[in-house]
Amino acid sequence: MDQATKAFELSDIPVKEEKKYSYLNLGPTHPATHGIFQNVLKMDGEIIVEATPTIGYIHRAFEKLAERRPFYQITPITDRMNYCSSPINNMGWHMTAEKLIGLEIPKRAQYLRVIIMELARVADHIICNTIIGQDVGATTGFLYLFQYRERIYEIFEEICGARLTTNIGRIGGLERNFSDKAWEKLDQWLIDFPIAFQEFSNLLERNRIFMDRTINCGPISAEMALSYSFSGPNLRAAGVDYDVRVMNPYSSYEEFDFIIPVGTQGDTYDRFMVRQQEMWESVKIIRQAIEKVKKEPSHIFRADAPEFVLPPKEEVYNNMEALIYQFKNIMGETEIPKGEVYHCVEGGNGELGFYLISDGGRTPYRLHFRRPCFIFYQAYPEMIKGRMLSDAIITMSSMNVIAGELDS
Amino acid sequence: MEEVLAEEKIVTVLREKFADEILSVESPYKFLTVTLRADKIIEIIKFLYDQEKYQYLTTLCGIHYPDQKSIAVMYQLHKLSENKRIRLKIALPEANPVVPTLTTVFPAANWMERETYDFYGVIFEGHPNLVRILNVEEMTIFPLRKEYPLEDQTREDKNNQMFGR
Repeated sequence: MDQATKAFELSDIPVKEEKKYSYLNLGPTHPATHGIFQNVLKMDGEIIVEATPTIGYIHRAFEKLAERRPFYQITPITDRMNYCSSPINNMGWHMTAEKLIGLEIPKRAQYLRVIIMELARVADHIICNTIIGQDVGATTGFLYLFQYRERIYEIFEEICGARLTTNIGRIGGLERNFSDKAWEKLDQWLIDFPIAFQEFSNLLERNRIFMDRTINCGPISAEMALSYSFSGPNLRAAGVDYDVRVMNPYSSYEEFDFIIPVGTQGDTYDRFMVRQQEMWESVKIIRQAIEKVKKEPSHIFRADAPEFVLPPKEEVYNNMEALIYQFKNIMGETEIPKGEVYHCVEGGNGELGFYLISDGGRTPYRLHFRRPCFIFYQAYPEMIKGRMLSDAIITMSSMNVIAGELDS
Repeated sequence: MEEVLAEEKIVTVLREKFADEILSVESPYKFLTVTLRADKIIEIIKFLYDQEKYQYLTTLCGIHYPDQKSIAVMYQLHKLSENKRIRLKIALPEANPVVPTLTTVFPAANWMERETYDFYGVIFEGHPNLVRILNVEEMTIFPLRKEYPLEDQTREDKNNQMFGR
């Protein structure tokens, strides 16, 4: 009688075998991780139990390299950090150097910088958001919107001659003025991009399949995000309205009217939506900047700082002063004050900081890059714990981790 | 302006609480910088975290000063609610740079400390996983220290005297 009334319990069944985990090596070169990321995943079926990231596969010792280069030669190093939005890195570095030497930049040059930086931000976010789409199986948006990224690169090409690793601008402003062609292309882009972008938004933003796939995928709370020093869209998606452009305005951002979109859940969908909104805001900022540029004298594009810009070649051959500056530039004979300076800009994926110690020599004594990816990527194992492998892939792409910046 | 920053409230609070620890207070380029003795650094950061709400660790890095035979560690904190930043610096002896870990306060310090260990050999006591992060594990040197020049020293075709450091 006793036997029959006893409730059935799971523990009564004898366990035949121990629980077995399998290990999966995701990366270092895996087509779905978009960069050199290795994660050794401890898997229970399709559930991730533990992830161990290994980084440093493309480490190029930028901080060491920077200790041997004159200031103007450090710009190309910064290109190769977050190569999806190199102009922001370039200008962040220029502004750090300007802060150190106390150089005042004319308003028009500042607005031109804002235009370039916002274009770069749009290019960066286009990559990130279309790739989230790509990773959940919506290739259309990726192929469609990439044209407009290509056209941003064409504008960069008109301004500085390069596309991906731009080396755009110089300490003190830009190396040359925007050409008529550049303005023309920019105006046309401002007409075409919002239309295409709206279509892309319609395709994904309220798409049931996309929402089911991304909502509650790889979420992070605001507290966690702050304790892991998140910044940029990832932090804002978690609900913290920290944006360097507003907190510590640089390059006259305080004159612009734009909003900082924030999310609530900090999941993949929120990160996607924050970036979507930021692109609209960037377009708004670019429009305002163009209006502001029109009010300034059109020939000014940089401060009067000949020590940091190579003079035009014809002047070098015919003009004593230009020859001296050419020599000073190349040999790094420029006077640089001693000091310790930190400057941060809102990069494509967060607070990009430059901590520069100068001992008055031709090269920095120490240059430390605060690379947002490097800092927030360490929360990745925490974010994918207990989730599916396919969720891990889109969580990574939605975090916008760029290998070049991660490994410096 | 620099005077105003140096006399800010937080400095007074720190001076009251940790008078013996503070070596100097400066504000180069309007950035409050406090140089401290190394002994109580984690306690001070914990105090700043709990009492003064400096709850965002912006960055952490090492600096080598071969002349003073020391390796400095720089911590940069941010109080997001009032948008105030503070930089704390400590100097450790070059021969034996040991400091307690900050991961007990900020999980974000984990990789930053690993990076600092990787490049400067600073030992963060109590760190959960203090191994190299960017360089290869077999490496025996700490490459960002100043005694390791950038270029290959076996090269004979270049004269470094001519081109500065």
